[in-house]
Amino acid sequence: MSEKYGIIASFPDTPSFFHAAEKVRDAGYKNWDTYSSFPVHGMPEAQGQPRSKVPVFTFLGGITGFTVGLLMVWWMNAYDYPIIVRAQPFFSPVFPFPIMYELTILLAAFGTLGGMFITNLLPQHYNPLFNSDQFLEVSGDRLVIAIEARDAQYDVIATRQFLEEIGGTDIEEVSA
Amino acid sequence: MATTTQDSSMDATNAALLSKVQPAELNEQPLVTNNRDFNWVTDKICRIVETRTPTWWWICMAVALMTASFTGLGLLWLVSTGVGVWGLANPINWGWAIVNFVFWIGIGHAGTLISAVLCLLKQGWRTSINRAAEAMTIFAVVCAGIFPLFHVGRVWFAWWLFPIPNSNVIWPQFRSPLEWDVFAVSTYGTVSVLFWYMGMIPDLGVLRDRAVQRLNKGVYEGGGAIANKLAEGMDHFRKNFYAILAMGWRNAGNHWRNYEMAYLVLAGLSTPLVLSVHTIVSFDFALAVLPGWHTTIFPPYFVAGAIFSGFGMVLTLMLPLRALYGLHDLITQRHIDNMCKICLGTGSIVGYAYIMEFFIAWYGANPYESFAFINRAFGQYWWAYVMMFSCNVFTPQLFWFKKVRENAALVWIMSIFINVGMWFERFVITVTSLANDFLPTSWGYYSPTMVDILTFFGTFGLFSVLFLLFLRFLPLMPIAEVKFVMPGADPHAHHGDEKIDQH
Repeated sequence: MSEKYGIIASFPDTPSFFHAAEKVRDAGYKNWDTYSSFPVHGMPEAQGQPRSKVPVFTFLGGITGFTVGLLMVWWMNAYDYPIIVRAQPFFSPVFPFPIMYELTILLAAFGTLGGMFITNLLPQHYNPLFNSDQFLEVSGDRLVIAIEARDAQYDVIATRQFLEEIGGTDIEEVSA
Repeated sequence: MATTTQDSSMDATNAALLSKVQPAELNEQPLVTNNRDFNWVTDKICRIVETRTPTWWWICMAVALMTASFTGLGLLWLVSTGVGVWGLANPINWGWAIVNFVFWIGIGHAGTLISAVLCLLKQGWRTSINRAAEAMTIFAVVCAGIFPLFHVGRVWFAWWLFPIPNSNVIWPQFRSPLEWDVFAVSTYGTVSVLFWYMGMIPDLGVLRDRAVQRLNKGVYEGGGAIANKLAEGMDHFRKNFYAILAMGWRNAGNHWRNYEMAYLVLAGLSTPLVLSVHTIVSFDFALAVLPGWHTTIFPPYFVAGAIFSGFGMVLTLMLPLRALYGLHDLITQRHIDNMCKICLGTGSIVGYAYIMEFFIAWYGANPYESFAFINRAFGQYWWAYVMMFSCNVFTPQLFWFKKVRENAALVWIMSIFINVGMWFERFVITVTSLANDFLPTSWGYYSPTMVDILTFFGTFGLFSVLFLLFLRFLPLMPIAEVKFVMPGADPHAHHGDEKIDQH
């Protein structure tokens, strides 16, 4: 039974693709996704997806950067090996601010990129969808909705019929 | 029932209002002209890297490599002989190296401005130029980094700048703006690479899929047997190369959701970053108690100048590319207009800063400060000041005229003037203040040596080498983002209707 990955269907233009996604969402499917070579405005809502969790990783990175910057300057210039420079204090929260600022941004940026990979479960170089020639055309202008076989509601005949009803064409069963 | 009547009465009121007001039709220039479709955009951009390397590319690459070798030889000469081969001598110990550093770092700023600030401001026109501008940023930072690195004198000790204990177990000293600069520039370089790479992931996926599609079809005809074999081999290479970089991107709605969030967050992070970088570069000067350097106007003035010079460089690069690759439908007159206007705006800020510096020098009633400025304009470096002022203040004012903005050749020449003018600005700031400070007995005159000149000249070659490689192997424009601003990508457009809903 599990030899099939799922069914893919194509849609002729962005509005019909968008509305079809809303219908799949309303039909109660869980393991499915839309595929387009550009982000479609409002698609996360149409797919019933929550807000992305990427900012959590950004925040964690930023906090780490800020703390590391602060502690590093204090430890290096005031604690481990204090050096007298002009009449300046060994430590103050003011002069290391550029360091803290830059490290906050640096680690927040790494957090963001890493967060994008983690939330998207990338890198994942193999996916059964890549076996479909039609799916590869998503990189051009094809707009595809794929419903996976592991979805509880999945049924080869009913799902195919459903995709046809909502305007899908070129329906293809993709092997796993 | 009640709501329907209310709705219809509202509609009637709206209709009555509209007929009275007679709103003008807003004719916005499309960002992609000639009604191109998605496949055209994909093909146009991908073919730049997929078709045979054009002859001009090889010629440019040869010239660029030869030019870049000047930097290599200059640095080799410097390291093997000593810093004396540069024109530095008391009292001017910051010469061309620092001028070139500030010049290149400033060039980079336009890339981040286009990719981050204009993204936050939802400027759709940034899409077709942002990738190349970001590449420009990174390569400019590479060129910039060389100068302070070798300016430390003993380059093999440059790692002392990093927070690692040196051989005497002494840490770097964080009370110096030069140390802040190390962090600012290295963060800037790193974050720019991350931003650039993340923006490229979907397009790398497109290039990967196209290589796989061609390999699946297996049709390699048209050339001789060897040429066909070579084309197939290249597609195998592309399939693997782009697959590794694309990380398995598959254009899923879920991917786009997280990607768009990450992109927005990175834009939000890069905006304060880009403002901080040139601010901290200006601290290198402003924190010294030298007349002409010790001013609070420096951070905003440096940032505006950086954006000005960066847009100059974007124009210098994009106008020839547009002509070479026939990208007129993607980089339209609207794009050029907007870039010229940004040059005009930031150029005017720079001009204002030049004049304001003079005013404050007089108003501040500090004799050293007023001397420093009069000396800048009329002293031994008057010629540099004239170059700077005429290129940076007068040149962009021509961009007020539509006729000028529409003449691509003229815009290109003016963009060169901007680059030259901004280099001279850094020269004027760095050298004049050092040459004539408080005591006339310690005055001096600085001139660069041949090694200075060739090392700087060579960085243009290095920059070109990197940019040419980028052109050949990576997508020049963000395909996904260009598609996103096309009418066909609007999910709320009516079927078969030309007009797009505004929402």
